[in-house]
Amino acid sequence: MSLLSVENLRVTFPSDQGPVEVVRGLSFELGRERLGIVGESGSGKSMTGRAVMGLIASPGQVTADKLAFDGTDLRDMSESALRKLRGARMSMILQDPKFSLNPVIRIGAQIEEAMAVHGALTRSQRCARMLDALDAVRIDDPARVARLYPHEVSGGMGQRVMIAMMVVMEPALMIADEPTSALDVSVRGQVLDILDDLVKRRGMGLMLISHDLNMVARWCDRILVMYQGAIVEEIAAGQLYAATHPYTRGLVASLPRIDESRDRLPVLDRTAL
Amino acid sequence: MKRETELTLNRPIAALNFLLTLAVTFLGLLAITFLIGRVVPIDPVLAVVGDRASTETYEAVRLQMGLDDPLIVQFARYVWQVMQGDLGMSVSTGRAVSEDLGRVFPATLEMATLGIIIGVAIGVPMGVFAAARQGKWVDQVIRVIGLAGYAIPAFWLGLVGLVIFYANLRWVGGPGRIDLFLDGMVPPRSGLLLIDSAIDGNWEAFRSALSHIILPATILGFFALAYIARMTRSFMLEQLSQEFITTARVKGVPERLILWRHAFRPIWMQLITVIGLSYAGLLEGSVMIETVFSWPGIGNYLTTALLNADMNAVLGATLVIGAVFVGINKGSDALYRLLDPRARA
Repeated sequence: MSLLSVENLRVTFPSDQGPVEVVRGLSFELGRERLGIVGESGSGKSMTGRAVMGLIASPGQVTADKLAFDGTDLRDMSESALRKLRGARMSMILQDPKFSLNPVIRIGAQIEEAMAVHGALTRSQRCARMLDALDAVRIDDPARVARLYPHEVSGGMGQRVMIAMMVVMEPALMIADEPTSALDVSVRGQVLDILDDLVKRRGMGLMLISHDLNMVARWCDRILVMYQGAIVEEIAAGQLYAATHPYTRGLVASLPRIDESRDRLPVLDRTAL
Repeated sequence: MKRETELTLNRPIAALNFLLTLAVTFLGLLAITFLIGRVVPIDPVLAVVGDRASTETYEAVRLQMGLDDPLIVQFARYVWQVMQGDLGMSVSTGRAVSEDLGRVFPATLEMATLGIIIGVAIGVPMGVFAAARQGKWVDQVIRVIGLAGYAIPAFWLGLVGLVIFYANLRWVGGPGRIDLFLDGMVPPRSGLLLIDSAIDGNWEAFRSALSHIILPATILGFFALAYIARMTRSFMLEQLSQEFITTARVKGVPERLILWRHAFRPIWMQLITVIGLSYAGLLEGSVMIETVFSWPGIGNYLTTALLNADMNAVLGATLVIGAVFVGINKGSDALYRLLDPRARA
């Protein structure tokens, strides 16, 4: 049975010109695998992730024929029941640690809070697990880092803290929304390695949302290509460069490459779509 | 290791810097009151000798008061006197201005302090609540209350309050700090009647003082509340749209904790500055309320002094109010820097 099963997912926001559909009838299945979702800005990839987490606040509206996580229907779930799932069974890594960590709470306390709100462990157990989680994301001196405030660590370390915070409850589903785009190129690989390792060892299902085609092709098992709120193509990661859909091919063609010289980088030809 | 040495080096320098700016600000304040004293068309010599004195007496007193010296020498002498607590004699009360101020300032302090406590205790939760229910009817009601705090004049609210709660309902005491027959029964220690009567164990006086202070303090508090609630609301809205609020939701943090732990915690140090500012505002802005309630505070003293052209008293009171304003501002600034981990770095 798949971990996450989505059928005909739609996200709508009202506007002055009437309702705007930002996700239009999305359907996909996710098992214990690494699923990449790519697409340009505004294609609805982040909205898809947030809709699954139940984070679309009113006036936004989410509808689906099916939205099931591990066999339970998320659609008619109460906010408090959803809250019990969030952070414990499913989690999300946000884009930029500079904004996504609370600036006035110490790192250790923020990680411990992820456990405390689900209230299973004692204080000392939480502390021990917090230090383990920091260690698991390859932070050298967890006890020292735990006492720091977010502005006192680098972006790469901040994102590792974010990952530690989101995996500490060992969720079954992890949505990573552009987890590396705010980071320096040199630490991107590191962060992805850590995520990859967690998927393999803990059997997590990972939804990697990104606009970086190369990265997704290299790190995921399967790729969904989104355009204007809908999936235009689903391909195995290795097959990205053999994609058939004109939009995907357009995206691939507009990637600059270091080993060839071209007069002019092609841009996406939207009239062909 | 490097961080710690930097800290130990920076602390004294920062403290020195702080004291220096404080000193400069006070010097500026003194210059302003000094200049006001020279500019106003009230002859300080005439105030001493009276208008029937001979020219010789007038000249002698003028020389004796040092009014012949260059302005800068006069200013230096003024600063020196103020530093020794000498603010001159009050023409209207016949006592030293510093002595008068020591008596009237605690009355204002007591009322403004109670007012700011009321304003914070109600205004902050109101602002948080309004932000959490942005656009809902609760928010609208709170905004109207805030608007009323700006629009309604203090003296009107004071008079209406007296008519309703004192004259008709008899819930509170009338004008003055305490019932007449209890006046002077409490030995002054801090000058704050509520505290002095409590120390003394004189609960009858305490009740009387409380019934007198509660209405003016609440009205003052209402004005503070309007400002504090509005600022709290807008600070909270800014925080609630931040990405780390989404992070907290992703973690499954309940809404109550998202409000107070995640959104309120980053702003309460900022609020200290806002509260400090409105506290200082209450201290200096209580003139109207003090007049309406015959409150023997600094506002009342200042008004009387102005009407009697009692310049020493006016300058002394202005100086105290200015000093309190600067002190509270600098204090809340320092507190903010000490408390916010982002500002400490």
